[in-house]
Amino acid sequence: MNGVLNRAGIFIVATMVAVLAAMNATDWGFAVHMMIVAAAATLAMAWTLTRTDYAGIATGILPTSDPSLYDDDPVRWGVLATVIWGVAGLAAGLFIALQLAFPVLNLGIEYTSFGRLRPLHTSGVIFAFGGNILIASSLYVVQRTCRARLAFPSLARFVFWGYQLFLVLAASGYLMGITQSREYAEPEWYVDIWLTIVWVAYLTVYIGTIMRRREPHIYVANWFYLSFILTIAMLHIVNNLAIPVSIFGSKSYSLFAGVQDALTQWWYGHNAVAFFLTTPFLAMMYYFVPKQAQRPVYSYRLSIIHFWSLIFIYIWAGPHHLHYTALPDWAQTLGMVFSIILWMPSWGGMINGLMTLNGAWDKIRTDPIIRMMVIAMAFYGMATFEGPMLSIKAVNSLSHYTDWTIGHVHAGALGWNGMISFAAIYYLAPRLWGRQRLYSLRMVNWHFWLATLGIVFYAAAMWVAGIMQGLMWREYGADGYLVYSFAETVAAMHPMYVLRALGGGMYLTGFFILVYNVWMTIKGRERAEAPMSETPHNAAADRPLPHSA
Amino acid sequence: MSDHSLYDALRHFADSWGLLAMLVMFVGFIGWLFRPGMQEKQHRAAMSIFDEDEVDG
Repeated sequence: MNGVLNRAGIFIVATMVAVLAAMNATDWGFAVHMMIVAAAATLAMAWTLTRTDYAGIATGILPTSDPSLYDDDPVRWGVLATVIWGVAGLAAGLFIALQLAFPVLNLGIEYTSFGRLRPLHTSGVIFAFGGNILIASSLYVVQRTCRARLAFPSLARFVFWGYQLFLVLAASGYLMGITQSREYAEPEWYVDIWLTIVWVAYLTVYIGTIMRRREPHIYVANWFYLSFILTIAMLHIVNNLAIPVSIFGSKSYSLFAGVQDALTQWWYGHNAVAFFLTTPFLAMMYYFVPKQAQRPVYSYRLSIIHFWSLIFIYIWAGPHHLHYTALPDWAQTLGMVFSIILWMPSWGGMINGLMTLNGAWDKIRTDPIIRMMVIAMAFYGMATFEGPMLSIKAVNSLSHYTDWTIGHVHAGALGWNGMISFAAIYYLAPRLWGRQRLYSLRMVNWHFWLATLGIVFYAAAMWVAGIMQGLMWREYGADGYLVYSFAETVAAMHPMYVLRALGGGMYLTGFFILVYNVWMTIKGRERAEAPMSETPHNAAADRPLPHSA
Repeated sequence: MSDHSLYDALRHFADSWGLLAMLVMFVGFIGWLFRPGMQEKQHRAAMSIFDEDEVDG
């Protein structure tokens, strides 16, 4: 009973503090945010008070969760949140792609302008879609591989809801124009502090669970997940060091200035690619691919070499985002060299994942989830080849600031992060909700093809657009003047922008198929459909040859 | 110590002892994997995810 009262009390105090902050706000965006916090705290309080089993407390008979089962509630919520945020993030992406092709879609309102919606898209897909599947899958995998229930179950629930509050504050802030203008780190100081608290709780739950493990060895997927949680904490704190203008205002100024600030941002930015979009998704690869293929990883030793190489090398690659800037030349070259070195461990990891299917390649034909995993690993390989290539200064002088970069990012994000996440969702859904199988495997196949063709349209359009753009920018006439104006490059890229939006539309359509499939799976339906593969048998031909005379 | 010399000291540490320490650690971590008897342990670790029972796995 005391626990209930304490929690309700904390929520009341939080509500009052938030309302006070809203009343003293120096800008209206901060006031709106504080009212969102107050509403969240009030909802949490109402939930705490109405959902408590008072009769149980009075009689001392409380339903205890079965300690012989894994604690999967936060995982289930996380999968649902992934699906819901995924729709929002991908739809926002399609909309801003259409805005670039047809500027009238900016609608003439600040809230729907490209500049406001773009971070909504990037954060929506990276932190909302990606972050939720990473938290959910990590809590699933750590329990299974450690053979232990989650440590600190209430803290795990706080991690889930606290992270959703972070996402709501970030997304609503972008629409109101609250941003610190740091790539992939746009939320302002108070939202950053909140995320830090949530993240430390996440780390505590994760390490606590590992410490309770019944398995002597810590399976390699946990190494990758742990590198994600630890490194993101470090990157997030250093990159967001800032001084708020007012304790009741949303505006803050970075602690660093000039090129130091730029380098801090890209040290963060590239390591967000490394430790948010690469290592934890590799953790998913090292767990879900062997499980789905029912074969152990090709080389466990290689997986650990992969791990240590990424840890030691990735952290130095950030300066390749600042080629030909005020950053000292040696630092640019350092970033380039480490980016190129990264190619080998990345491909080692990709080959390790793919070769897990060695001897079972037929599963690519018969199992659409395996097919999704294979295309994900193929795109991991493609993106980790293209990245080092783009980091070479000579190549970068053509590609930088063009849409080639956008194409590269999306080959990695849609192809690698998206596909391996979809595969994980398809793997998890029937298991988490205790169903015999997915609603439909054929729909997974449809999703696979729509998404794959969508990426092809997207990446191909951006390669053409980006290289054309770069070449037009550097085209000099006979007398040494620039041949093309900026507006001419924009006009030339219009057909490519339309094609890109088409690719994005196909990818989103595929995702809607996932939403329906997962929804039906949760409801316990099974679609009556022909199996993905038949057993070939020709009764007429299946006979001994007749004796000839 | 002025800011400049602190920077200078750190910078020289980074490309001498710091670099060497990182290299030694990296080689150590990788070398660890090739000790005798590790193959069997690694095989067991790779197979460990299949020991879970059917319902939860």
